[in-house]
Amino acid sequence: MTWTADNLGLIWEQLREHLYLAIVPVILGLLISVPLGYVATRFSWLANPLIALGGVLYSLPSIALFIVLPAILGTKVLSTVNIIVALTVYTVSLLIRNVIDGLRSVPAEVRQSAVAVGYGPLHRLFAVDLPIAVPVIFAGLRVVTVANISMVSVGAVIGIGGLGELFTQGFQKDFLTPVVVGVVLSVLLALLADLVLVGLQRILTPWARVIAAPPVEVA
Amino acid sequence: MIEFEDVTKRYPDGTLAVDTLSLRIPSGQITVFVGPSGCGKTTSLRMINRTIERTSGTISIDGEDITSKDPVTLRRGIGYVIQHAGLFPHKTVVDNVATVPKLLGWDKRKTRDTAMELLERVGLDLKLAERYPAQLSGGQQQRVGVARALAADPAIMLMDEPFSAVDPIVRHQLQEELLRLQRDIGKTIVFVTHDIDEAIKLGDNVAVLRVGGKLAQFAPPSELLANPVDDFVRGFVGQDRGYRALTFVHPQELPVEPLPSELVLDDSGAPVGWRADHELLPIGAVFKQGDSLRAALDAVLTSPTGRGICVDDSGKALGVFDQAIVAEALRS
Ligand SMILES: Nc1ncnc2c1ncn2[C@@H]1O[C@H](COP(=O)(O)OP(=O)(O)OP(=O)(O)O)[C@@H](O)[C@H]1O
Ligand SMILES: [Mg+2]
Repeated sequence: MTWTADNLGLIWEQLREHLYLAIVPVILGLLISVPLGYVATRFSWLANPLIALGGVLYSLPSIALFIVLPAILGTKVLSTVNIIVALTVYTVSLLIRNVIDGLRSVPAEVRQSAVAVGYGPLHRLFAVDLPIAVPVIFAGLRVVTVANISMVSVGAVIGIGGLGELFTQGFQKDFLTPVVVGVVLSVLLALLADLVLVGLQRILTPWARVIAAPPVEVA
Repeated sequence: MIEFEDVTKRYPDGTLAVDTLSLRIPSGQITVFVGPSGCGKTTSLRMINRTIERTSGTISIDGEDITSKDPVTLRRGIGYVIQHAGLFPHKTVVDNVATVPKLLGWDKRKTRDTAMELLERVGLDLKLAERYPAQLSGGQQQRVGVARALAADPAIMLMDEPFSAVDPIVRHQLQEELLRLQRDIGKTIVFVTHDIDEAIKLGDNVAVLRVGGKLAQFAPPSELLANPVDDFVRGFVGQDRGYRALTFVHPQELPVEPLPSELVLDDSGAPVGWRADHELLPIGAVFKQGDSLRAALDAVLTSPTGRGICVDDSGKALGVFDQAIVAEALRS
């Protein structure tokens, strides 16, 4: 416990870094997946290859990616950019499927009436298709956010890993406390992030909650 | 007036959905496209708002070729109602109705007032305004669909089998309400159905299409029943077209006989049943002066005593008549 008390500043610093390294890729990944998914629903032959490519990228070991990226990007080995790019790749590779499925979940008659009432293509995407796709997209966001939070720790191997650095410290000194603190905090962080996403989804989709309720007849 | 001139639609896979269709759809009336499944009704309808582009020929609205307009602008001026309504599941009922006024940039207050007024007009309880579509019955959703189509007061309304997914009783109600609404608003309505009864009931004019997208006959319903142009139309309007044709025969005034003592009336004079031994038999359909002979015959056929009951507008019984009287009216 004294270790924890003595190192509060460090722990707080690592926690912030951890959150930053996990969340920025989620946001970047979403910003990339949505247009990509939209293009894939307009040119439907693109959808399956994209989903397959996502599957392949997602199966790459994160360690390998962290190590290879500096060579590809020309970044320093100790740059946070490597982690952010790697996790963004994972985010896109997972989220692309949800974005495509979500956009496809818009019922044909809804899409047809959206066109017929006079929405232009982009307007329709933001006013009709994306809002209806929110539940499916958020299912992906939740998975990918939790996965990112756990994957950031792996970055500790190359020296930038948020709470993961507490693990390396603990192992090097053969001292358990930092490891326990790191594990507990990253689990809490994952739970908290998930909770925030669930809350956000509820705010964005008041309509989705009524679907389960039986229709109410009013004469 | 909407005018089709030699309009053809061939889909990329080679299907000829509509074949050199020429047709004048008069303003302020209901024109029905009817025909067997796959005959090109939906395709013809959707070419009007350019959600499907024709392959050749021209379609014009009030003399102006629709291709001269931007499709999005064109669509905002044409109401569209489909089967299952196609409401936006993430918008409340009132926001669904407000869609087109919002797209047109009306101010908020006017948009909302218009939407509420329309909900009332199509017979929806205003308590439903803040609900989501999933919380409505199929019939209520369909009414919202009609209200949404009417919101920006378009001159033209396209309806593609709007009532075919609801049960027969609700369908009947919706049909009656559409006719009542149309008497007030006088829109140019193009209505698609595969149900010939619905076509005859709603249409001022009916276009019968045959598979392959060819127009078989374009005529008012009475003409269609009396003089089908060929075997296809004759077969399509059905074996009992003689009976259906009675819909268009309105007797001057059906002579009725005084009310018999077996007919039980309530305090207001409305018929409640026929007295028989120890029970009360239901009255069946009733007839009002001005109704068609089909209604008169129906009243006779559904009455347990073989006598139809004639009522006034308030539902008060005026007299009775039997099949001989109907037959007599038919001869004259
Ligand atoms: N997108 C499409 N691509 C290829 N063929 C199509 C397409 N849409 C419709 N068709 C074909 O065109 C023909 C006319 O279709 P349409 O939907 O207009 O018929 P319909 O009269 O509305 O039929 P229904 O009563 O079943 O709704 C059919 O043979 C149909 O299979
Ligand atoms: Mg159709």
